[in-house]
Amino acid sequence: MRASASEVEQAIADAHRREWATVLASTAYTTRDLDVAEECVQEAFVAALEAWTRDGVPNSPGAWLTTVAKRRAVDVVRREVTLRSKIPLLVEPEVTVEADERRELIQTDAEDDVKDERLRLIFLCCHPALAPEAQMALTLRLVCGMSTEDIARLFLVSESAMGARLTRAKQKIATARIALRMPGETEMPDRLGAVLGVIYLLFTTGHTATSGSSLMRPELVDEALHLTNVLRELMPEEREVRGLLALLLVTDARRSSRVGDDGALVRLDAQDRSQWDGLAIAHAGQLVEEGLRGARPGRFVLQAAIALVHAASPSFEATDWHEIVRLYDDLLVAWPSPVVALNRAVAVSKVDGPLVALALVEELESDPRLTGYHYVPAIKADLLRSLGRTDEALVESERALELTRNEAERAFLDAQVRGRGARGE
Amino acid sequence: MAEYAILLYAPIVHEEADDGGAARAEHEQHSKDLQHDGAMIAAFALEPHTVSTSIRGDVITDGPFLETKEVIAGFCIIEASDLDEALKIAGTNPICHQGGGVEVRPVEDWVIPTRPGH
Repeated sequence: MRASASEVEQAIADAHRREWATVLASTAYTTRDLDVAEECVQEAFVAALEAWTRDGVPNSPGAWLTTVAKRRAVDVVRREVTLRSKIPLLVEPEVTVEADERRELIQTDAEDDVKDERLRLIFLCCHPALAPEAQMALTLRLVCGMSTEDIARLFLVSESAMGARLTRAKQKIATARIALRMPGETEMPDRLGAVLGVIYLLFTTGHTATSGSSLMRPELVDEALHLTNVLRELMPEEREVRGLLALLLVTDARRSSRVGDDGALVRLDAQDRSQWDGLAIAHAGQLVEEGLRGARPGRFVLQAAIALVHAASPSFEATDWHEIVRLYDDLLVAWPSPVVALNRAVAVSKVDGPLVALALVEELESDPRLTGYHYVPAIKADLLRSLGRTDEALVESERALELTRNEAERAFLDAQVRGRGARGE
Repeated sequence: MAEYAILLYAPIVHEEADDGGAARAEHEQHSKDLQHDGAMIAAFALEPHTVSTSIRGDVITDGPFLETKEVIAGFCIIEASDLDEALKIAGTNPICHQGGGVEVRPVEDWVIPTRPGH
């Protein structure tokens, strides 16, 4: 029974959204070759367009696509193996490859039993042996099914540059033998932390784009949220996944109030809180409550808890800064990073005054990990200004201006330097 | 199974720390452990970089190849099934908590011949 063109288009779009990662993960696990797997999955989607129009959309589009993709992949590998060896092959239902064949294949572990193939793929893309830009690009490409062209656009590089980045990452996976399998029990906390870190990096890149003219790239934010929801579905007991989701929800709840109509940055103390998404904040609150139960909550749960203290406050002035400092103390234990210490200093300034906080920031300035981090001089400028030391504040604002590469933030800092104050304040 | 090189890097020390040979003892124990586990293929500790000589083209110069704050102290070839396993082994090298670090690189090819008379 034929299906209408628009029904099929919708079904394909849905399947692309929901099933891409599953289909790719299954195919990659079968062929152990990421490039072949990708091509076969793409071809399967193309085949679906014709077949579903002719025969109707199948009950289980994911299963249909997986079968077709895997069948194609087996054919490709067989053809290549045949080309290499002059001995006719025995036709095997499962493709096996000789151990000493110098093929660039990815490692798989036949022994791990995973309910959802996507998990293996996510851990592969986010392996700490890959550079952060490679992790993000690979996750968007292989798990989210985003085209190389779209990924390039989101990271403001040329399509060929992004293509090269993806190729290099896949080469590293094959040559260094990064395995497509679930991390073991001892590795899991670090490896999960790496996955959450990649997703969070995607979110922050979209939420406060580090370069380019607009403050946000909503497509990256959406993919980060989508990935976190997938992870939540796949690992429902993990508190840190809950924590990440809560953090993204509460941060994104402020999306519409962060940027003025003219694209200018609006700071937290000036944002219109009535525009914040109350439903998202409530959901985040529930997740954080669950996450804080039990011993030693992790970094994402604690970051979310801090964000929620802000979100729960009716105004900037009414914020419970004592609670925030307490949470930062815990966070610093779970995550001894100078950036955390810097943010804690801002909270400390609200409780103990700018002079105490300034001393903390000056201590942090010499930390080599913060070199080139424009928030250091920006925060210092604020503290100096509240102490009436305007000349020193100006020097710091100028330094911050030199360091930031995001246009909207530059405009904000530039306005400060010129003494006008940002619109919205 | 594949072969990986574990390259040991250590900061250049201008004065040998007097620790009564404790650091060296750790390396010897680690070497025994790797051999016992069957992971080790070969291991070499190198003399200090001060007795290194480098060649670029035809030009011979005194000293290590790169002017850096850390230099290669030794290397070890191991066998592991994948990168995670190699990283796990490499991470246990005592150099990691003695102020240095390791680089893990897949080996493309290798040979340790048995030589007549040796």
